[in-house]
Amino acid sequence: MATRHDTAAPLAQEGGAAPVRPPAAPTEAERRRRARLSRRWQRDIKWSPYGFISPFFVLFLAFGLFPLVYTGWASLHTVELTAPTDMQWAGLHNYTRIFGDDFFWNAAKNTLTIGIISTVPQLLMAMGLAHILNYKLRASTFYRVVMLAPYATSIAAASLVFVLLFGRDYGMINWALHFVGVGHIDWQNDKWPSQIAVSSIVIWRWTGYNALIYLAAMQAIPTDLYESAALDGASRWRQFLHVTLPQLRPTILFTCVVSTIGASQLFGEPLIFDANKGASGGAEHQFQTLGLYLYEQGWVNQHLGRASAIAWTMFLILILIGIVNYVISRRLRASS
Amino acid sequence: MTTTLTKPAPAVEPKRTRRSKSARAGGTMHAGPIAYTILALFSIGSLFPLVWTAIAASRNNNRLAETPPPFWFGGNLFHNLDVAWNEANLGQAFLNTTIVAGISAITIVVLSTIAGFAFAKLRFRGRNILMLTVIGTMMVPPQLSIIPLYMMVAKLNWADQLQAVIFPSLVSAFGVFFMRQYLLQALPDELIEAARVDGASSWRVVWHIVFPAARPAMAVLGMLMFVQAWNDFLWPFLVLTQTGNPTVQVALAGLGRGYTPDQSLIMAGALLGTLPLLLVFAIFGKQIVGGIMQGAVKG
Repeated sequence: MATRHDTAAPLAQEGGAAPVRPPAAPTEAERRRRARLSRRWQRDIKWSPYGFISPFFVLFLAFGLFPLVYTGWASLHTVELTAPTDMQWAGLHNYTRIFGDDFFWNAAKNTLTIGIISTVPQLLMAMGLAHILNYKLRASTFYRVVMLAPYATSIAAASLVFVLLFGRDYGMINWALHFVGVGHIDWQNDKWPSQIAVSSIVIWRWTGYNALIYLAAMQAIPTDLYESAALDGASRWRQFLHVTLPQLRPTILFTCVVSTIGASQLFGEPLIFDANKGASGGAEHQFQTLGLYLYEQGWVNQHLGRASAIAWTMFLILILIGIVNYVISRRLRASS
Repeated sequence: MTTTLTKPAPAVEPKRTRRSKSARAGGTMHAGPIAYTILALFSIGSLFPLVWTAIAASRNNNRLAETPPPFWFGGNLFHNLDVAWNEANLGQAFLNTTIVAGISAITIVVLSTIAGFAFAKLRFRGRNILMLTVIGTMMVPPQLSIIPLYMMVAKLNWADQLQAVIFPSLVSAFGVFFMRQYLLQALPDELIEAARVDGASSWRVVWHIVFPAARPAMAVLGMLMFVQAWNDFLWPFLVLTQTGNPTVQVALAGLGRGYTPDQSLIMAGALLGTLPLLLVFAIFGKQIVGGIMQGAVKG
């Protein structure tokens, strides 16, 4: 492509002048001018791509890549919040400290269970919802925008409302549950109820968004596939199982990865869900996630080095999950 | 030869799409009453917490401490909005958030368009490896970088200042990826070639061809990034304070904590913080939905 531009440019320069001047005998000055233009042209072709990406990459290096790597470096040091630039080498001490802390394992377990409670129903409902939205509907745009309204609501606002809805004594949810004979549930202080409540904030905010992503992928499936499946006598449910789901596999994987990452860094919802306990995630740490634990170590206990070690541990766990995901998806592809 | 080969193709194409469309329209895919019922339930589930925020904001604290909870609006809305506005420092917060989200969205859109164009349409050494780096870090959670960023802020004395939030929000790997995917298919190579033949420099190509062609995607990306910056919580929460120089989210988080135990006021604050984005969604909902779905297929 580049070579074509090189030859094209001087031709265009000549094109305008050709009728007036015989092209065979350019003057010395003209030839030099043309050579200069052509050199400038080549420089432009060669270097402008770097010019185009460099503003992004400068910021990206400063605020994306460098902090990522530097967190790893900081995790090998003792750093206090009160003097964040004063670092003392500590080797792997921060890591051994964390792995010996019961609260770390508690937070890891909570992150996992809240992650499962929030992600699995969310993606299943999103799939069903997308399937329905894919029908021929009246006012289909209206439904799509409505499903996306929670996504426009911030974590802070959503969490504040859900705290009230999940209130033990006067909350809407306990009031509705008493009609079906369920007694007062303490959504804030009991372990499983609190985890379910925190998860429900995540589910509420993201189900519609994921449904739209599934819907987009469903609409990209060629209709011929359904037609031939219908000709073979496949019921609608079997069409969904044998046409829709296999075609959606890359999208499903994508949403699983994104949701996993989102779940692993859960922070605002549990923080605000019991605002007065803050970073501890409930009176008995019953819904303290790794994100909250990191915040507690770094900003409440003021050990930034230890917080960095938590961050990198989370990163390594994510990479591990990514690899497992990749292996599973390859197995699935190979088996079909 | 080539003409006889290419000519029938366009004639076949529209016919095929028309057939498949009519098969869909006339066929098995019509929604029945069950589908509409499920949709209605989901719609109520989506909207109820939002509507109830407004209901609770229009009551007073005593009414919210009674069973059954209120289902309709009371007369206290404007009083609560007024108090929440002043108590949570929301005027300052709105101004700050608009500045942060505006600068962030505009910068991301411009830089992503230019970089996305280079990745989509230009050839240069290292292109693939650089693009892979961008995609790879798209998945890295922000928690991994907050500690060094916090050290930076401490060193620069930027605590409780807006630039501490603005600078880290100027980069979006997703933005570059999004614009690249869009320009790959929306910007014909012939257009660039033609401009080149006319002697246009690369910057002129960007200005006169890439920007006009990318405009729809730029609008969508801008809205998505604005929403994201508006709702961003973790980082602003760490470097800004509620009483000093908060964004809306930081101010809202402070509402839930002890100093205003009045639930109806908390709901009034939540309502105020959410309303601007809900308005944006009510007006541009169709475009935002389209943008998310467009980004999804290629992602």
